[in-house]
Amino acid sequence: MARVVVDVMLKPEILDPQGRAVMGALGRLGLTGVSSVRQGKRFELEVEGEVDEDLSERLHEIAASLLSNPVIEDYEIYEEGDEVACDCDDCTCEPAGVVDIDVPTVAEKA
Amino acid sequence: MRIGVVTFPGSLDDRDAARAVRIAGGEPIALWHADVDLQGVDAVVLPGGFSYGDYLRCGAISRFAPAMDSIITAAGRGLPVLGICNGFQILCESHLLPGALTRNAGLHFVCRDQELEIANASTPWTRDYEAGQRIVVPLKNGEGRYQADTATLDALEAEGRVIAYYSDLNPNGSQRDIAGICNEAGNVVGLMPHPEHAVEDLTGPGVDGLGFFTSILTHLASGGSLAGAPQGANA
Repeated sequence: MARVVVDVMLKPEILDPQGRAVMGALGRLGLTGVSSVRQGKRFELEVEGEVDEDLSERLHEIAASLLSNPVIEDYEIYEEGDEVACDCDDCTCEPAGVVDIDVPTVAEKA
Repeated sequence: MRIGVVTFPGSLDDRDAARAVRIAGGEPIALWHADVDLQGVDAVVLPGGFSYGDYLRCGAISRFAPAMDSIITAAGRGLPVLGICNGFQILCESHLLPGALTRNAGLHFVCRDQELEIANASTPWTRDYEAGQRIVVPLKNGEGRYQADTATLDALEAEGRVIAYYSDLNPNGSQRDIAGICNEAGNVVGLMPHPEHAVEDLTGPGVDGLGFFTSILTHLASGGSLAGAPQGANA
């Protein structure tokens, strides 16, 4: 089993009113220092067996036709847990780096 | 004249579209999204609504309906197709029309009687209007902001492919106040506002929308050629 993740984001030049609304809420919650919020979609596809070349190609087709609209959106596709995302030229894939953010537990807060 | 109206799961203006066809003097034919058979209709209306709940993106799932395969092929051969609201979104997702409809700039769902300026009165769906004519029809959408790159917008305007502009105000942030466009040949038209809700004084703001439905009947009665296609069309 493998989990393939497709992240879809509006292209940078497309206005994102939803992101702006979230941005407005951040300000009301007193969070400063955030200059922009963009909202996107994440799809998780549970795949049986290995992701071979054929399947990878098919997944890219689906990501570019159904899951995203190339007129207004970009997508990234990667297997969860991959250090390096796919090496194709068709998408904007980048290494799926994970940034750990320490969240204080309730006990620590108190 | 037999005008097909396609019902998708979640369509809600299919009955009003069929009624508009009937009031204009045509014969509405109910088409089902899961059928590839278009029953030999002379033209097709893709009605408004929330097909597939607007999940994923508006029109994104409907684009792959069996009926759409047939309509995409037939539209390429010149079948007149009018997409209203969700129908317009489906036409863009199908790449029969350029650009995309995105979330309203103000985020709110907008419902109002909207004034439009008809900019191209030579398509099969607008020929009973006059260029520059102002009409009022209902508008109701949450994702009606027309969006395309600058080159596409320039080409649409230069080739006369914007068929209607928002004229009293721009309700959703559509680029260049665009309310409706057509393809290069002129047979495929997409419009965000709802002419089918303005065909009887009793139930709408007037009868200004009827022209879209009488236009197609006039077009078909005159032989259905696309001689009146916009400039730059090579069909």
